[in-house]
Amino acid sequence: MIQFLIKGLLRDRQRSLLPLLVVTIGVMLTVFMHAWVTGVMGDSVEFNARFETGHVKVTTRAYAENAGQIPIDLSLEGAGEMLNILHSKYPDMAWVERTRFGGLIDVPDESGETISQGPVTGLAIELLNENSGEKERMNLTNALVRGHFPDEPGEILISNHLFEKLGISLGREVTLITTSMYGSMVFHNFRISGTLSFGMGSLDKGTLIMDLEDARHVLDMEDATAEILGFFGPGYFEPEKAEAMCRVFNEKYSDPKDEFSPLMQNMRSYPQIANLLDMAGLMAFIITAAFIMVMSIVLWNTGLISGLRRYGEMGVRLAIGESKGHVYRSLISESVAIGLAGSVAGTLAGMLCAYILQEKGLHFDVNMDTAAVMMPSTFRAHITPITYWVGFIPGLISTVLGTMLSGIGIFKRKTAELFKELE
Amino acid sequence: MTNNENQAIIALEHVVKRFPSGKTWFTALKDINLTLGRGEFAGLVGPSGSGKTTLLNLVGSLDSASEGRVDVLGMDVGKMNAKKSATLRKKHLGFIFQTYNLMPVYTVYENVEFPLLLLKEKAGKRRKAVMEALEWLGIESKAKSKPARLSGGECQRVAIARAMVKKPEIVLADEPTANLDAENSHHILQTMEQLNRELGTTFLFATHDEKVIKYLKRKIRLFDGKVAADEIIQS
Repeated sequence: MIQFLIKGLLRDRQRSLLPLLVVTIGVMLTVFMHAWVTGVMGDSVEFNARFETGHVKVTTRAYAENAGQIPIDLSLEGAGEMLNILHSKYPDMAWVERTRFGGLIDVPDESGETISQGPVTGLAIELLNENSGEKERMNLTNALVRGHFPDEPGEILISNHLFEKLGISLGREVTLITTSMYGSMVFHNFRISGTLSFGMGSLDKGTLIMDLEDARHVLDMEDATAEILGFFGPGYFEPEKAEAMCRVFNEKYSDPKDEFSPLMQNMRSYPQIANLLDMAGLMAFIITAAFIMVMSIVLWNTGLISGLRRYGEMGVRLAIGESKGHVYRSLISESVAIGLAGSVAGTLAGMLCAYILQEKGLHFDVNMDTAAVMMPSTFRAHITPITYWVGFIPGLISTVLGTMLSGIGIFKRKTAELFKELE
Repeated sequence: MTNNENQAIIALEHVVKRFPSGKTWFTALKDINLTLGRGEFAGLVGPSGSGKTTLLNLVGSLDSASEGRVDVLGMDVGKMNAKKSATLRKKHLGFIFQTYNLMPVYTVYENVEFPLLLLKEKAGKRRKAVMEALEWLGIESKAKSKPARLSGGECQRVAIARAMVKKPEIVLADEPTANLDAENSHHILQTMEQLNRELGTTFLFATHDEKVIKYLKRKIRLFDGKVAADEIIQS
């Protein structure tokens, strides 16, 4: 009997191929949409993490309180030891030191007279350490417009916008004017090795990037760093894990009475980022839920129509002596088989599309000069554990529920009425 | 009537069937009393709307009477639950429809095999019974064909083979020749008559087709939901 039913299912394309295609396409769209929305929302959050907040960040308590002022005088001393602790306690995470500072770039002529000047926001990262992963993390390779990355101490990168505004050439020496960690005035000459453009107004106006060791030397920050940023291995923020880490770390190492004691904060500690995270989560949920609902209605309908168009066949089968329960169960079994096959095929197809967009990304050449929140120019899909099963909600559950609902007619109608459907 | 025929296998006592019609009820059958013996070749005849199909549905346990009692093979159909009704149809009744109602995705062989699958017959026994039924009806060469490739007459023969393959005690045929030409109708009726004679199967037709009426050995004339006449034809 099972063989007989399978034979019928395979031969009747309206009963098998058509619903299978509808389910597969519906599931594929659901899976892809979920991965895409998760990725796009996650990318926006991740972009901020990579440039500014890390997934977690260790600073002094005082620095955390005044972070908006970039107070390098409140930097963390004993950075090497702290880094060792973090590496040993959280070996799965990537830890990097960064220092931000404000200053002025001065372009002198041959006699030392100023030709042009401009304010800069300095960012010191482990640029000369190829193993730090900072170039990849901050997508600097793609952001490089002219020249090359610093090969040796004393070389810096500046934003292309600032470079053009200053009217200078690559390789030109410029003077950085800033204050050291201990508040003294600092003048130091650097050579510009390359220029960068991130497509983001806040970064492109006056960013200066130098190697961390150069900054330590110039800013008198031996064994000190303004920030230590931690990133989760898989590359995406994990709120619960980050929260737990901060709690454990702060209980052990942070002293509320000592403003120079270390404090670990996660992304959610920053109100703007917390809002962004909440909005990202909510948007991902709303878009995915709406899409699942629409697809569920479509696939429910497929199950319903598929069941209704077979009332005639059911009438014959009942007349020949098949019980209502058996007819109903066979309908459900067919629906489960189609729902399952369509869900698996759709999930695989959806994940393939999502994987391509996760690896390649979609580049939007949008000028974000006026954007208040940092947004990436390349959006990627993101495959999460939910991606593996989310398609089964419309694919399997809705299809089977639709069939179950239409099949109830077998029980509600008198056999003779079903029988009349034949005529 | 022979001794065999004296044995009542269908008995209707004071049967009434009403259907809802808007806010009122329409009475399709009014106080029907009828008995059919084993091996009869009988027909319910009468104009459209006289209650033929309704009566056939009650005997086939596809519907239940509003009043009265319908006994088939000694069992009160009205008291049967859906499962028992299905078992009665599966084991003892065969249906032939006006529009054949073959399952289009299955071959002739598979359509005829279906009732035996429901009876969970073994493969060997099924094969033998199906081929035998196809041979009776002269359509063994069409075994692998799909219904769409058959003529109307051939389709009806497949439907008869499907009804007869399990050798049921009773075959209920609702306007079996309505879609057939004269030649095919006679051929089909001769085949049914032969099956009735050789296998002792009881046939109950619902028809207003004169071609069928000519073959009947008993004509139960229905008019306005009542038995207007019950006539046994002497051969």
